[in-house]
Amino acid sequence: MAVRGLSVALGDTDVLTGATLSARRGAITSLIGPSGSGKSTLLRCLNRLVEPPAGTVMLDGVDITTIDVSLLRRRVGLMFQQAVMFPGTVADNIAVGPSYVGAEVSPERITELLRLVGLPEDLRTRSARDLSGGQAQRVALARILANEPEVLLLDEPTSALDPRATRHVEDAVLHLNRQLGISVVWVSHSVDQVARTAHDVGLLAAGRVVEFGPAEHLLSGEHAHLSGEFAAGRFDEGAPVSHHRPEETG
Amino acid sequence: MIDGWLDFLPRLLGALSLVAVAIAISVWQRLHLEGNMLIAVVRAFLQLMILGFALQWIFGLDAWLAIPFAVAVMFTAAGLTAGSRAKGIPHGGWLATAAIVVAGVLTLGVLIVLQVFPFTPRYIIPIAGMIIGNSMVVTGLVMSSLRDALMQQRLEVETALALGATPKQAAAGQLRRALATGMTPIIDNTKTVGLVALPGAMTGMLIAGAEPLAAVQLQIIVMYMLVGASAVAGLTAAYLCFRQFFSGSQQLQIPQEADKAHQ
Ligand SMILES: Nc1ncnc2c1ncn2[C@@H]1O[C@H](COP(=O)(O)OP(=O)(O)OP(=O)(O)O)[C@@H](O)[C@H]1O
Ligand SMILES: [Mg+2]
Repeated sequence: MAVRGLSVALGDTDVLTGATLSARRGAITSLIGPSGSGKSTLLRCLNRLVEPPAGTVMLDGVDITTIDVSLLRRRVGLMFQQAVMFPGTVADNIAVGPSYVGAEVSPERITELLRLVGLPEDLRTRSARDLSGGQAQRVALARILANEPEVLLLDEPTSALDPRATRHVEDAVLHLNRQLGISVVWVSHSVDQVARTAHDVGLLAAGRVVEFGPAEHLLSGEHAHLSGEFAAGRFDEGAPVSHHRPEETG
Repeated sequence: MIDGWLDFLPRLLGALSLVAVAIAISVWQRLHLEGNMLIAVVRAFLQLMILGFALQWIFGLDAWLAIPFAVAVMFTAAGLTAGSRAKGIPHGGWLATAAIVVAGVLTLGVLIVLQVFPFTPRYIIPIAGMIIGNSMVVTGLVMSSLRDALMQQRLEVETALALGATPKQAAAGQLRRALATGMTPIIDNTKTVGLVALPGAMTGMLIAGAEPLAAVQLQIIVMYMLVGASAVAGLTAAYLCFRQFFSGSQQLQIPQEADKAHQ
């Protein structure tokens, strides 16, 4: 997905101020940055939960505003920080996306989706609202997968989970990326997580992507200061950040 | 006429003594409601007096033209009242008025076409008052509870939108619950009518000297028509109001004024 010059104001805050980014097909692109830098808003622009007044978002070279919104959101699934389960069983929840277009999800497919996210098959009949946080996040992932998305947008899906549950979600996403070739744009609060998962990394500050490049490049060598400064929480407004223009990779 | 008024004065004073009790309680318990009570007492007196004279005059004329005029006045007052309950919904007043008008016109239309009541001011104006008043309450309830539900359950609605739901699909649960909230009082009233309290229309007829069976007949018709009016008003209000919370390209948009009204 290619993002160019996105600007968004919410209320009286300029949340995005010309953000530009390019996420390669089949890659995991991580976004990091201080709280309030606009990471969630940027993700929400990618599936049009937020409509940016300025800038363009392209999916495979097609402007996303020319795609039917519901179809776009099935092709580009968004996972929120907190997984909201709808009333009913786990199976009901997984089937909800297809149900919006009148399609059914077969029991075999539910089993398959549960297996894809590393959950046992017998979870299907459980009441979805009784799940643990980590289980709910993975059911939310399976629910998105039922729509057969090409791109996954993850908004800090593990920030409320313990290390074990975090690893389960990471493993599930890595598996999907490798096995199914699903592209991922992953907002993360943890440099360690980025190091474990990302191919490319973008750093947001004050509504702009101020650094962008391959993960091994940005997290080591001459750019190692990034992870250090980020971990130290020093990307608050006014903090010095290097203003390299993000590379344009098309 | 004079006799009637002389007779009214001591009865009015008697009833006012009960208001005095309420004010005393408010002062004693520091409820700070006495100001509002006084305003309410004076307003009720003036509004009903004006209404009484107006109706006396209209019924005297017995001209059917008075009906649309009176109904228009009622629609306006009801729309303004319901609109003020629907704070924070853009164009809330207009939407509330629209819902009440749809419900009123439809319900009254059916009653008139089926000749349930004769088409004279003496019947239609009080009946319209009940229908419009009831629709007003339902509309206010539905709109405010839909607003609150959409704001409290933003995440749930956006989760559904993100899975490809249309706004109607994403807010289906909130719409259903808001409608149920608006309709429950009238359904409960209808279920328990006559068990807990004698309803207004029937009480009035009994006190005015009507036979209980005649009063009961009227009350049955009134309850049924109010159930119908509530459903139409609630449904219309819910759908008109729900559109205000979504943009043309299916984004949930909490209007800024709703954010403030909610706090
Ligand atoms: N609906 C809204 N109305 C007004 N301001 C908003 C709204 N949503 C977000 N903001 C503001 O926009 C800014 C960026 O928000 P955003 O959620 O995109 O940041 P973030 O980088 O995801 O932060 P975090 O790491 O805390 O999740 C914040 O200052 C936030 O207060
Ligand atoms: Mg965020």
